[in-house]
Amino acid sequence: MANTANTGQKDDGSSRRDFLYLATGAVGAVGVGAAVWPFVDQMNPSAAVLALATTEVDLSPISEGMGITAMWRSKPVFLRKRTQAEIEQARSVDLSALPDPQPDEARVKQPEWLVVIGICTHLGCIPLGNKQSEPRGDYGGWFCPCHGSHYDTAGRIRKGPAPTNLPVPTYEFVNDTTVKLG
Amino acid sequence: MASDYQTPYKGVLGWLDDRLPVINFADQHLRFYPTPKNLTYAWNFGSLAGIALVIMIVTGIVLAMHYTPHTDYAFASIQKIMRDVNYGWLLRYIHMNGASFFFIVVYIHIFRGLYYGSYKQPREVLWGLGVIILLLMMATAFMGYTLPWGQMSFWGATVITNLFSAVPVFGDEITRWLWGGFAVGNPTLQRFFSLHYLMPFMIVGAVLLHLVALHRYGSNNPTGIEPKGKQDQVPFHPYYTVKDLFGLGVFLIALSLFTFYAPNYLGHADNYIPADPLVTPAHIVPEWYFLPFYAILRAIPDKLGGVVAMFASVLVLFVLPWLDRSRVRSGKYRPIFKQFYWLLVLDVLVLGYVGAMPAGGIWVPIGRVATAYYFAYFLVILPLLGVFERPKPLPNSISDPVLKGGGQPAGAAAKPMEKA
Amino acid sequence: MKKLFAALAMAATMGLASGPAHAAEAAPIPEHTWQFEGVFGTFNRASAQRGLQVYNQVCSSCHGMKYVAFRTLSDLGYSEEQVEAIAAQYTVTDGPNEEGEMYQRPAEPTDNFPSPYDNKQAAKNANNGAYPPDLSAITNARPGGPEYLRALLIGYEDPPADANMAPGQYWNKYMPGHKIAMPQLLVDGAVSYQDGTKATAEQMAHDVTTFLHWASNPHMEERKRMGLKVILFLIVLTGLLYAVQRKIWADVKK
Repeated sequence: MANTANTGQKDDGSSRRDFLYLATGAVGAVGVGAAVWPFVDQMNPSAAVLALATTEVDLSPISEGMGITAMWRSKPVFLRKRTQAEIEQARSVDLSALPDPQPDEARVKQPEWLVVIGICTHLGCIPLGNKQSEPRGDYGGWFCPCHGSHYDTAGRIRKGPAPTNLPVPTYEFVNDTTVKLG
Repeated sequence: MASDYQTPYKGVLGWLDDRLPVINFADQHLRFYPTPKNLTYAWNFGSLAGIALVIMIVTGIVLAMHYTPHTDYAFASIQKIMRDVNYGWLLRYIHMNGASFFFIVVYIHIFRGLYYGSYKQPREVLWGLGVIILLLMMATAFMGYTLPWGQMSFWGATVITNLFSAVPVFGDEITRWLWGGFAVGNPTLQRFFSLHYLMPFMIVGAVLLHLVALHRYGSNNPTGIEPKGKQDQVPFHPYYTVKDLFGLGVFLIALSLFTFYAPNYLGHADNYIPADPLVTPAHIVPEWYFLPFYAILRAIPDKLGGVVAMFASVLVLFVLPWLDRSRVRSGKYRPIFKQFYWLLVLDVLVLGYVGAMPAGGIWVPIGRVATAYYFAYFLVILPLLGVFERPKPLPNSISDPVLKGGGQPAGAAAKPMEKA
Repeated sequence: MKKLFAALAMAATMGLASGPAHAAEAAPIPEHTWQFEGVFGTFNRASAQRGLQVYNQVCSSCHGMKYVAFRTLSDLGYSEEQVEAIAAQYTVTDGPNEEGEMYQRPAEPTDNFPSPYDNKQAAKNANNGAYPPDLSAITNARPGGPEYLRALLIGYEDPPADANMAPGQYWNKYMPGHKIAMPQLLVDGAVSYQDGTKATAEQMAHDVTTFLHWASNPHMEERKRMGLKVILFLIVLTGLLYAVQRKIWADVKK
């Protein structure tokens, strides 16, 4: 009758046999793990997509009181050059009255430049207010037409269903007229 | 009755197995399954083919996440895969070379069956399912090669789809229906992508049926004699699981050598040129695994005749169990058959070479002779051998070294049966 | 008798012409050593950078490289600033702008090398009906690969007397059919190398081919490194599996 397995007759035969099986199994498992990684990693953003992770925006065409929309990582970003009045408006608000309290100083690097991601934190519409013709809502910032959220001149939520302020992305000033997003 | 089933397992395993007897099923068919103990490495190629199929499906699915099946974007999307997608170059090269290795493994598997008579009664349906798998593989590979939309993609598709116009009466309509237009174009590419994604799963279904048919009577073996008892068999696990794993290791080394060090060797440079319907390449050649069939196609001077011969060269395999009537199954004991068999192997290699050569000169008569031998082997030689060949004496069984009708005393035969 | 002679002559001619392409058989491609060949091959960065200079100054006016992104040049040892500077030498089309118009601007690292012509038809039109191929994958797209390309670039000679050359055609030893629409542009001194290397035709052919082979196979080094690790690992694993197999089968008599 054929054996179902080698019974390892020698004294240290069984331990030698087990070690071989263990070693082979371990090496095989390592191989399988290493082989899986490319299949998982290929779904991560490709090199081309990562290259667009930062975008430079030229600020020189923007005059005071005006705003533009730039695309960054496929999302709209509002860049507005605030007037002195708008800056004071943002800084004179009582923080406890804000649904999402945040001082204006914490949301800007240079007071006249506000950079926020232009996606309403309620359900994702793009608020109006960048163009001169668009309504800016009751607080001088932006107004989301989908469900009536009002944002102020610091991009903070003041009235309406949105729970949090317009997020501020990572950015830095390359020079006085250029900002690098991301 | 099904409700009489008592699970032999305890605990969580028993709870699951009682409700879904997969564990018992796996044990019966993969662990304890009695398999002839004398299988050689020639029997590794079935499991290798199954693994190659899995490799192709997995790499194919992830590639499809990045590929665009439109004539304006297909070539560019593959360049993106090669350059930008993380490990894209690796996945694409595995898929490309994996296809070649899938065919290598399947061809060896088929030739093993041809030598040892694995197609003979009672394995006719098992064999027929195998031929169906081969046909599905050929269709899948043909459509897959179109997808990069290189010069060979486009012109190979044009040549082969044009063959259907040879069909009498309806030929042109069929071809136009295949194309979705008046020539190979975007509609063709898009539908080929859809079908290329679909067909591997049809292959999976056919493979499952193939395995069901296999387990009805079990594997053939080098002697061609069915196992007579437990002394002729070993359980599939661990004997053949470990042997198949070893074979897999060798297979992966071979695949890796090509994938990492000669990834484009088995392909054609022209497919790195974007498809141009106005520029025909100097030599339109299919991938190497189609070359023998391409040679047969070109060997017949008539267009329809060539198409019929090409399909017949695969379809003849379906009727092989009824063409080869020899009562001896395995080529091991058929000395004349052996010689014709190896001639067939040489013949197929010659056909492959002819398929790669330009259509003219000395290759025409060589291709015709080789085609003639190919069909003669199946349609003339095997039936005649079945009648006239005198086989070598067969052993009594797999374990029994005594030849049938041999001069050894019965006592000597008993020794190998006693085992510790 | 005449008929027989004619038939024999025809048979002889047909026997000799064993295929359509052999009427003008291209010369066998000469051997050449590359640093990138073999299991341990790598791209010689200095040579590739010189090759980029050749592409930039000699080839880019007719040949695009639309699948190669400028940012990938950092693989060849360029700094971020150098990559920006190289990109800025090229012009790409962008837009539409606020007015709805397409406009030209200097290329940035995230752009790909542009094509010098708007489309294939324009390219053919400007080049005597011959399309200067895009070079992104050129060493993969020609049998013989880098050896062929290097030989071709310096393989020009005077056409034989009966060659019947049309205007705008040149005779090349290695081009299948021998007639090529591109003149010999790599002549001694055509480029003045920034690193001071003498720019002979052979040197430039070698360098630009190295660069173009990198452009065609940017991941070659990673592929070969990974291949070594994978195959060595598999050899170990397969060896272990063989030992296990021998152990398990030890007691089975065939």
